[in-house]
Amino acid sequence: MEKEQVPQDDENLLEGKFTVVKYAVDKNGKYVKVPSVGWEPENVALKQAWEVINEKIEAAHKSVLSGEVSPLAYWIEKNMMDEKLVGDYMGFSKWKVKEHLNPKVFTALPQDILKKYAETFKISVEELTKIV
Amino acid sequence: MIISDYKHHQSAHCENGTVSNLLNFHKLELSEPMVFGIGSGLFFSYMPFLKLNGMPGTSYRILPGEIFKRMTKRLNIKVKTEKFSDKKKAMDELDRALDKGLPIGMLTSVFYLPYLPKAFRFHFNAHNIVVFGKQNGNYLVSDPVMDNPTEVSYEDLMRARFAKGVMPPKGRMYYPVEVPTPTEKEMKIAIVKGLNKTTSDMLTIPVPFFGLWGVRYLAKNLRTWDKKLGEKQAGLYLGNQIRMQEEIGTGGAGFRFIFAAFLQEANDIMRQDLFNEASAEMTIAGDRWREFAYLAGKVCKGRATSDITYPLLADILLDCADKEEKVFKKLKNLKA
Repeated sequence: MEKEQVPQDDENLLEGKFTVVKYAVDKNGKYVKVPSVGWEPENVALKQAWEVINEKIEAAHKSVLSGEVSPLAYWIEKNMMDEKLVGDYMGFSKWKVKEHLNPKVFTALPQDILKKYAETFKISVEELTKIV
Repeated sequence: MIISDYKHHQSAHCENGTVSNLLNFHKLELSEPMVFGIGSGLFFSYMPFLKLNGMPGTSYRILPGEIFKRMTKRLNIKVKTEKFSDKKKAMDELDRALDKGLPIGMLTSVFYLPYLPKAFRFHFNAHNIVVFGKQNGNYLVSDPVMDNPTEVSYEDLMRARFAKGVMPPKGRMYYPVEVPTPTEKEMKIAIVKGLNKTTSDMLTIPVPFFGLWGVRYLAKNLRTWDKKLGEKQAGLYLGNQIRMQEEIGTGGAGFRFIFAAFLQEANDIMRQDLFNEASAEMTIAGDRWREFAYLAGKVCKGRATSDITYPLLADILLDCADKEEKVFKKLKNLKA
């Protein structure tokens, strides 16, 4: 890739926080570092990955509102986690996390466990339990 | 306290960057491509049976941590590495090292670093950063992928150092303790060792998932992705491939351009035209990889014209493999 060809397709995915480094050759064929704000195919692929995540979050949100699953399901998706990873943070198995997806079990959870879930997701207990 | 002698240089890839920045602090000037080349960073693997977030496991580089391990070994650099079970102790130990005036490299999870753009914050646990000071309770961070240093809070850094999941960092931190200045002869040997490992990784691992066999295996699978998986899933697979190849850290074309830059720099030390020739050929291979990403991106977006098909993309990959094979064969069995 030549220096002038380094793409600058900005879709604000970097939020203006910085530019990334690409390696390209200058007029003399020498490699140099060139800043870039993004490239179309990269942007497409990244947005596509987020669409999948957002679809999952949306689906979990619906299931929570319909009372099928506990609010935990929403926060797991929102944090791009799964039962296993949440279990690792909580210090128990994924099966136990799965039990807590049951709304009845979840509502009966003691305060300290709710608090620990909230800490894992960096939210308050209030936010954890009341999904609107 | 700020370690003012520490200089932040931006790099394409975080592991190369932290190593390069830490060594520069200890008076050994090595560029990112040099670190990458001597550390035999270039690779290719495609393991469709190993799914990550439902996508086939694919990578254009060797495992995280290996570049660092290999390059320090090849230049006789001694490094102290520590990991922790206790979070508080890990932070105390960091403070103590900073007080001694040492910039510290560490592993973190991208997900828990709020200064990074949201779109890039996935659960990736092998992000390398250097901490080089503490000010008003915040740590000064030299994140190699960023153009300027930044700050992170105690709480956030602790979280990032103790993320769970795949390859948990466990508070790992590291810093060079002995950095000898290599002689020209030693540099030559290190370069040749780095290259020999790369050429053998790319040409001779006798399973179909690694090196150029891996590229060809991917081409073979990809040829029928749309037929086997349906348009939507095939598009997601393609998107995953583009991300691994082009996203932050790769320097473009799945590390191929960083490798070409390394060959060019090596030419000045080795004084053999072979290296410049190989570099130019690698650049052409890299451009071909980019063409793959460019066309694949059109398919993902549903903007592809009818001549851009999965078999066409597969053919480009085969061509990439052929082009790289020539480069690696040229560089095989070098002597210092």
